[in-house]
Amino acid sequence: MAPTGGRGPAARRNGIGTRIIVNGAERQVEAPPEESLLSVLRNRLQLTGTKYGCGEGQCGACTVLLDGRAARSCRVALSAAAGKRITTVEGLEQNGRLHPVQAAFLDAEAFQCGYCTPGMIVAAVALLQRQANPSDEEIATQLAGNVCRCGTYPRILAAVKQAAAALRQGPAR
Amino acid sequence: MRPPADDDLARELQQQEVAGGLHRFDLDRRVFLEVLGGGLLVWLSAPAALGAQESGRAAGAGGHPLPREISAWLHIDQDGRVTVFTGKVEMGQNIRTSLAQQVAEELRVPVAAIRMVMGDTELTPWDAGTFGSRTTPTMGPQLRAAAAAAREALLDLAAERWQAPRATLAADHGQIVNPATRQALAYGELTRGQDLVRQVVAAPPGAARSGTAAPGATPSGAAAPGATTPGATPPGATTPGAPALTPAAAWRVAGTAVPKVGGRDFVTGRHQYTSDLARPEMLHGKVLRPAGFKATLALLDTARAAAMPGVKVVRDGDFTGVVAPDAWTAQRALEALEARWQVPPQPGSRDLFAWLKANEETGESERGGGGGPAGAHVTGAVEPAWAAAPVKLAQTYTVQYIAHAPLEPRAAVAEWQGDRLTVWTGTQRPFAVRDELAEVFHLPAARVRVIVPDTGSAYGGKHTADAAVEAARLARAAGKPVKLVWTREEEFTWAYFRPAGVIEARSAARADGTLVAWEFHNYNSGPSAIATPYEVPNQRIQFHPARSPLRQGSYRGLAATANHFARESHMDELAHAAGIEPLQLRLHNLAEPRLRAVLEAAAAAFGWSRRPAGGGRGCGLACGTEKGGYVATCAEVEVAPAGRTVRIRRVVEAFECGAVVNPGGLRNQIEGAIVQAIGGALFEAVEFENGRISNPRFAKYRVPRFTDLPEIEVVVLDRKDLPPAGAGETPIVGLAPAVGNAIFAATGVRLRGLPLAPYGVPAGTPA
Repeated sequence: MAPTGGRGPAARRNGIGTRIIVNGAERQVEAPPEESLLSVLRNRLQLTGTKYGCGEGQCGACTVLLDGRAARSCRVALSAAAGKRITTVEGLEQNGRLHPVQAAFLDAEAFQCGYCTPGMIVAAVALLQRQANPSDEEIATQLAGNVCRCGTYPRILAAVKQAAAALRQGPAR
Repeated sequence: MRPPADDDLARELQQQEVAGGLHRFDLDRRVFLEVLGGGLLVWLSAPAALGAQESGRAAGAGGHPLPREISAWLHIDQDGRVTVFTGKVEMGQNIRTSLAQQVAEELRVPVAAIRMVMGDTELTPWDAGTFGSRTTPTMGPQLRAAAAAAREALLDLAAERWQAPRATLAADHGQIVNPATRQALAYGELTRGQDLVRQVVAAPPGAARSGTAAPGATPSGAAAPGATTPGATPPGATTPGAPALTPAAAWRVAGTAVPKVGGRDFVTGRHQYTSDLARPEMLHGKVLRPAGFKATLALLDTARAAAMPGVKVVRDGDFTGVVAPDAWTAQRALEALEARWQVPPQPGSRDLFAWLKANEETGESERGGGGGPAGAHVTGAVEPAWAAAPVKLAQTYTVQYIAHAPLEPRAAVAEWQGDRLTVWTGTQRPFAVRDELAEVFHLPAARVRVIVPDTGSAYGGKHTADAAVEAARLARAAGKPVKLVWTREEEFTWAYFRPAGVIEARSAARADGTLVAWEFHNYNSGPSAIATPYEVPNQRIQFHPARSPLRQGSYRGLAATANHFARESHMDELAHAAGIEPLQLRLHNLAEPRLRAVLEAAAAAFGWSRRPAGGGRGCGLACGTEKGGYVATCAEVEVAPAGRTVRIRRVVEAFECGAVVNPGGLRNQIEGAIVQAIGGALFEAVEFENGRISNPRFAKYRVPRFTDLPEIEVVVLDRKDLPPAGAGETPIVGLAPAVGNAIFAATGVRLRGLPLAPYGVPAGTPA
């Protein structure tokens, strides 16, 4: 999507236009500044890969990267995301090629109903950016904010380790 | 809104097997073939016995030329593409894949050549719903029979085309081949220009499984799988003989870990759940919830909400909702409604168990119990055996209400076109939802279409039509499509719960541990797996329905978890009372070879005979059977000093469900069941008082998280000589008693209520 530049005249007039950068593209969003980033992504930008699970930052289904760090988009107001780089699950795949974490989740079949999967994958991406070779315990602790009600944790653990190994070995993407 | 289905396997099976709205198809088979563009259509009709049972309803079919019962369609188009139509739904249990595998197996095509159309009331045959672990034992064999019939029809076509002896031909990889002449014809080449219909009679429900106990719910005397239907052969149809189903030992596609169909869409976020759907001009809805259960509205002021731009307030009877152009505004509008409620005093979780005992539903129990006429299962005479036995024990066990908390809350998108209604919703029972919508809006069912996108899980919690009805109500008032997504708090409050219960168990044994008497009463939680698998000559087993203070219904495994918890805790207590090692006591009293096999397999893999003890560690085991599956679970726990925390260190579970259709998916289900069971075993409980749920949020209702994950080892016994049984539920039942028994081994404290240790192990609890 082409960058839309700064605030448009209509947005300025209403005082509700906010510029955010989603998956590398600038987006001008006309929404109340207190609206949650999750709501903006899902309902205004049709980026529905990011899920609603609880609205209180307890389940991790809405996890996105905000300037590279994992954030619960249900607890981030649009105004707080202004000007920041947001990466959603839709932004991980590059030119039809899955991110190594996505590829590992698919390979390990680390999901059942799949509803927690986008948030889990984005949280794992953030984790592996901080720690290239996390222990089982570190993975468990750092992903404890992401709930999988189907209980797929054993395979998610395996997938994160597989992705970590791939990222350590593989060429830069 | 109607209450959800009772927590009762017998009733679930009954619901599944009693056909409801099958006969409202708009398409007859000719039209259907025209729509599909010719080719080969195979339909499965249900067994004659069931058809006869249903003849009263079938008379309402309006002279429709369809057979009385159809459970699935299978179509091969003129390009050889295979489409399977089934009313079952996918919600993470992986049946989109496992059913496709079974069709691929019989049809000799790759899984990728098959498209599964599921849970769409306009396209798929009527189905009671996806619950009760019924997909694998019933829909699996039915689709195999349809695929085998299609394969035979293709062989017929090729034999005719080539004027070759049919017996020399084979189906292989989407082709009919003649090894003698090296001729080959792709399925599409055979079906092109054809207009063929074949009909096969499905196996009677339950015929292809063994060992489940649902008294009186399984029709018998019906035709074998693949038998030619008697009479009423549709025009143009051929009548095949009974096509042989490929035995599991010879499976090449079924029985393997085929990757989840469409898996890539789940890791990219592309898969659209109901809550992700959008329709042109769609509005977003919210529903005003009462301040408590059974509340009456004392005062409502809608003026502030109605004045908001784009907002419409919808009132109808006791229903109040809002619609708005975007979800954020809809929520603000809901908050702008000023409502005052009167909530009557109601029992709370503190008095729960006394309430359930005191509020038994009297009169003839519809739900049955152990199979006896008055709901009681009685063999021998408990009293004299009890009186004479040297070892005896009587104890009471309890289970709390718990919530399903599917990560995707209830959601629906409703769209009206004139007097036709289409609703997308995540439900386990699309046809029941359709019927409820038809009833609520006074429409013929044929004008209502319910479509179930693959759903963000359910665990028995999405049987009802609540969100669908609400969205449809809002959409009708708004004149535009409306999406409604429940909040987590709504999900925790206005859905329904796994029933709470009180279980009284009494047992007696000889000094060598031989059981002589067994009495078991379950109040409210349900009759699933209430029968003991142990050999006991004198038994009295009864389920006592009670008036539940909360709305309750189906939950993964139903009451099998509660009944196994009570029974297997009690067996452990009995072992200690008799001074017999718990594994030995069980084996001493078990005859069922399949149950013995999983118990021995779990104990061996766990290293039961050299299990760790001391230092706050302890091990426990449990076993049982339900819905054709056999399970044994060993657990090791570590209890922190002063009992403040209980951590499950290691779990080994052995499971057997006949021939395994997809070992990868099966392991995922078993591991997931173990993890989900940790919540109900250790810490999940719905707290309530005076009509309000006190902990309707993940911050207050603890579900299993990554940090609760024990080391898990799953042992699958693949019995290729036995028909496949379902596996979505039974693997959940062994964990809670195994953990309770392990806590006793670690601490000497016997805990008899689920959850066992939400706040740690209470000090000084007598054993």
